[in-house]
Amino acid sequence: MLDGPAPVLEVSDLQTVFQMRDGAVHAVNGVSFAIAPGELLGVVGESGSGKSVTMMSLMRLLPSPPARIVGGEIRYQGRDVRRMSDAQMRELRGGEIGFVFQDPMTSLNPVFTVGYQLVEPLRVHLGLSKSAARARAAELLKLVGIPDAARRLDDYPHQFSGGMRQRVMIAMALSCDPKVLIADEPTTALDVTIQAQILEIVRDLRQKLGMGIIWITHDLGLVAGIADRVMVMYAGQVVEHGPVKAIFSDPQHPYTRALLATVPSVTGPRATRLRTIEGQPPILLQYPRACPFAPRCRHAFNRCRVENPTRIPVGEGHDVACWWDPATDEPRHV
Amino acid sequence: MSDAATPLPRAAEPLLRVEGLKMHFPIYKGVLRRRAGAVKAVDDITFSVAEGETLGLVGESGCGKSTAGRAILRLYEPTAGAIVLEGRDIAHLEGDALRTLRPKMQMIFQDPQASLNPRMTVGSIIAEPLDEHTRQSRAARRARVTELMDAVGLNRTFVNRYPHEFSGGQRQRIGIARALALNPKFIVCDEPIAALDVSIQAQVVNLLEDLQQQLGLTYLFISHDLSMVRHLATRVAVMYLGKLVEIAARETLYDRPAHPYTQALISAVPSPNPEIEAKRRRIVLKGDVPSPSNPPPGCAFSTRCPRVFDRCRIETPPLYDLGGGHRAACFLAEPAARAA
Repeated sequence: MLDGPAPVLEVSDLQTVFQMRDGAVHAVNGVSFAIAPGELLGVVGESGSGKSVTMMSLMRLLPSPPARIVGGEIRYQGRDVRRMSDAQMRELRGGEIGFVFQDPMTSLNPVFTVGYQLVEPLRVHLGLSKSAARARAAELLKLVGIPDAARRLDDYPHQFSGGMRQRVMIAMALSCDPKVLIADEPTTALDVTIQAQILEIVRDLRQKLGMGIIWITHDLGLVAGIADRVMVMYAGQVVEHGPVKAIFSDPQHPYTRALLATVPSVTGPRATRLRTIEGQPPILLQYPRACPFAPRCRHAFNRCRVENPTRIPVGEGHDVACWWDPATDEPRHV
Repeated sequence: MSDAATPLPRAAEPLLRVEGLKMHFPIYKGVLRRRAGAVKAVDDITFSVAEGETLGLVGESGCGKSTAGRAILRLYEPTAGAIVLEGRDIAHLEGDALRTLRPKMQMIFQDPQASLNPRMTVGSIIAEPLDEHTRQSRAARRARVTELMDAVGLNRTFVNRYPHEFSGGQRQRIGIARALALNPKFIVCDEPIAALDVSIQAQVVNLLEDLQQQLGLTYLFISHDLSMVRHLATRVAVMYLGKLVEIAARETLYDRPAHPYTQALISAVPSPNPEIEAKRRRIVLKGDVPSPSNPPPGCAFSTRCPRVFDRCRIETPPLYDLGGGHRAACFLAEPAARAA
């Protein structure tokens, strides 16, 4: 990111460990990324690849113990997030960085009205008066496309449908004009036609509000449509990162390539048989010394089994953590 | 041969024929628990499934696709309609007559975690249908279990392990082995891959395809994943709010969808190609699916349809035949409307 605005959020070499009774699980292993204002970064990976844990741990949303950040640096607008006090952290969460969770049912409190839950952060973070906060809350609901917004403030979460609840969650995350919005699989629990509605809202809001968005998903198709940059994660590591076009037209990592090959499409030619990735993702009981994808990789050679690849630049803003070069089908000379 | 030029002979009788199937769940209200209405989960659907084919049943959550699958397998008592399996109406069978039919039709469930008893070993889970429906010796049963485990790609040394020791994909294989135990002809797959990761989904889908070829199975594949249905199904039926809105051969449905809902559904699936995504014209529907206990008058889709006109709000469109087995329930597909 040589050109463009300076990043708002910068994470380098983040390492998070879950200390369990019978050993440690290394969930995040040296993740680095940055997000600039107005940019949408798609984070792709299967369950257990560490994409949610990365975001949760940098926001200090994981219970500690067992979760613990053991290394790395997190900078928000130049400030060191790891050294912030709990009070400062509370201000950052919600105030500066908004979070939208996957399941809109469990992340709204069923015993309070939606209006109450929307007004609360506005009063705490922005110090608005009751009536001003209520007016702002109605404005937010309108922004995310909820009809008859002012009246619906007095409804309880169960009176909203799944798609509407997710809009409420987005409205809540947007309430204090965050600079960064982290959306953790916000449309996974929703139907495709509702997902399409939410995506339209996000495209629209991004232009209007100019915030940086981190969109976590396992749906590659979704990322192709909305992201500027894509980060592919596997076993708590970033295995490939680059501009959306490069990732889809010229994927470098065998995992990215395999993921793209396994997904059928509703257009274009239809494969007679789906390509698969054999085997299972690993559970990391120690910091990976070798490439964690090597046991499932059809291109793995000796070096992959003894040395964990670093992120090697392969193009404009495009890097890959792999020793194999798809262009020559031979090891990279690095 | 003189009839070499004629199209493929139509099978005399499809394996399964569903006619006017209705599944209504009553709603009771008040102190006296009077019947106040009904949730019309499945409301008058008609289709057939030929032997050896895969019919994809798609729709959004709450459209009644799972209820339809369960009613066909007679896990519910249908409110009305006929379910004809191999020429015999099974819609209102009871007791032993129904029980002897069960081995022919089986189900693979969505959540492999919830559909396997955590206190039973894999071996006993797979053998349970055999215990219930056959009188085989222990040795024969044991042999059949290992045979099934081989067929679905489970290591046979795991026979004494418990479900929690397996991953999601492997658990789904256990569910598949159990469904196959009694050599069924017809299997309802109710979102069998929805709970799995992308890389594991492909493994399970390939397994289902292999088994279909080897054993000549017929599937009703219920899913909300339109791209996976396109890969797997030979014909596709689309449901909306308890009604069948369109049914067609796979190519026809994806290339020339006739119903505005099908068009919107296909257009809502993101494509893993940024170039296509940037250019694509999307149909974004407004609003949510109405409640099936209080459906709108006329066409059920009229509240969200981008091409709605007055007639849709009054009359319910029938399933118009568009030729070649393509049927759609929309006034725009009416022969007169198409001619105009």
